[in-house]
Parts: sequence; structure tokens; C-alpha cells
Amino acid sequence: MLSRLVLRAAPAALRALPPPPLPVGVLHATRQLHTTQQSLAPLPPLPEKGGEVRHGLIPEEFFQFLYPKTGVTGPYMLGTGLVLYLLSKEIYVINHETVAAACILSVIIYGVKRFGADVAAFADKLNEEKMAKALEVKNEAISSLQAAIDEEKKEQWRVEGRTYLFDAKRNNVAMLLEANYRERLMMVYNEVKKRLDYQVAMQTLKRQKEQDHMIQWVEKNVVQSITPQQQKESIAKCIMDLKALSKGAHAAL
Amino acid sequence: LPRAVLLKDMKLMDVKLGQLPSWVAMRDFTPGGIAGAFRRGYDRYYNKYINVKKGGLGGISMVLAGYVVLSYIWSYSHIKHDRRRKYH
Repeated sequence: MLSRLVLRAAPAALRALPPPPLPVGVLHATRQLHTTQQSLAPLPPLPEKGGEVRHGLIPEEFFQFLYPKTGVTGPYMLGTGLVLYLLSKEIYVINHETVAAACILSVIIYGVKRFGADVAAFADKLNEEKMAKALEVKNEAISSLQAAIDEEKKEQWRVEGRTYLFDAKRNNVAMLLEANYRERLMMVYNEVKKRLDYQVAMQTLKRQKEQDHMIQWVEKNVVQSITPQQQKESIAKCIMDLKALSKGAHAAL
Repeated sequence: LPRAVLLKDMKLMDVKLGQLPSWVAMRDFTPGGIAGAFRRGYDRYYNKYINVKKGGLGGISMVLAGYVVLSYIWSYSHIKHDRRRKYH
């Protein structure tokens, strides 16, 4: 698969080319940063399967390399020829180690064929658990951060309502001030009225006392001024007036 | 049109057979270059056969087979004496 190798080599070759020459004097202004496509985050995921290996020993690329010229059996014929050559020229010597190697290899192959799938499944399960744990941590972090974001937005919404809260509080305070003011006004009015009432009461009392005293004094003086002589004269006059009146009344009848 | 690539930057599979000696001469043989070559080779093998989700037996078995072959080559001068025939 030369074409595949070439395709894999192309970006590396392109990257290895020298960068285009910059004009002198424009050095730092036009320096390009981050021109490669590679970047470390997010990491590309691991490939699912490794390179293909046939019979556990020979990479698949070898078979594909020989396929155009020799078909499917080419590599096997090559392998057989090589083995026969090594044996016949005794480049590979058959001795006690060969027997040991044969026993070991047969045991290994039997073990792999029988337990390979189970071991692979077990390892895959371990990997899955690790991945699941990591994913769970990541998801939990994401969800908790999302919840924090929602809480923050709610708090921001709540802040908008603060104006209403303050208006209500302001109203309360204004009402308290008004009530206090009116209470004090009432108190002032009451006190002033009490004082004025007191003054009025004092004046009336004084006038009354003066009147009473004056009346008493006048009466007393008048009574004192009536001498006994005058008393007799007034009594006689009254009797004469009464008689006249009675005469007048008799005459009217 | 494919862009003209300098000889020293071409990959091995693109080098023509006649250009091979000059290509080998232009490679980086400083210690850093050799270490870089080992690192690149290791990374390529690792990322292709081992650093995958479902790795198979081929990944390590190829390494072990290479180790077996290499140790056989190193001890061939000692194994030579077990040959059955002297002339082949």
C-alpha cells in the first residue's frame, strides 16, 4: 500500500518544508502563530483497532505490498521458500532448542486460541469501566456548573425586583414619618389648647370673683346705710301704699 | 502537480533506488538525530499497534519475535557447532 504510505507522509512532508521567506524588516508584525492544524485539545480519540497483523507475526501491509505482483499466495510461497532455504543451508540449526521452542509455541498458541477472547472481553470491560467513571465525572461537573449558571441567572432576575422592594420600604418609612408628624401635631394642639383654656378659666374666675366681691360690698354698704329712722319711714310708707292699693282694689271690685 | 520535495526530507519509500546512497548520506547522524530516529520509530510502532482501544496479540508478539530472531543471530556463532553436516 504505497499510496497509503504516501498519503500518510504528505502532511509531514508539507510541514517539514521551510516556511515562505518573510520580507526583511517586517519580522515580528507578520509572524504567523498557530499555523499548523494540530492542536492538543480536544485530543483525537484513540483508533479502534491497531494495525492488522496476520498470524500474529506479520503485518498486513506486507501481504498488501506483494499482492499486485504475486496475488494471494505470494507471501506464503515466499515464506515457504525462505524456511526451506534456512533449513537446507542450516542457517537455522535443528537442535534441542528447536524441540523446546516447538513445545513452548504450541502451548502458547493453544492458550491464546482458547482464552484469547475471554481475556480480551475482560480487558475491554475494565477499559469501559474506566471510561464510564471519567465520563461520569465530566458529566457531573458539567451538570453542576450548569446548575450554578441557572442559579446565577435566577439571582440576576431577582436583583431586578429589588426596585419594587425598595419602593415598598420607602413607602413604609414615609408612612411612619407622616404618622409621627401628625401625632406630634396633635400633641402640640392639645397642649396649646390646654394652656389657652387655663388662661380663659383664670380670667373668668377673676371676673367672677370681682363681681361677687363688688356685689357683696355694695349690699353691705347699702344695708349699713339704712338707719333705723329710714327703716321706720320706709315701713310706714309701704303700709300707706298697701292701703291705697287695697282701696283701689276694693274700688275696682 | 506534486510539490518538489527536497531529497533529504523525502521518506524512504519515495526515494528511488539510484538516489539511495545520497539519501542515506544526507540523513542526520548526530547523536540527537539518531536518538530522534529511535524515538520516531518507537512512536510509530507504539501508536500503530499498542496505543489503540482494542489492541491485539500482534503488538507484543511482533516485538517478541524480533527479540527471538535477534538473539538467534547473536548466538549463531555458538549454535553453528550443532550443525549436522559441515558442508551445505
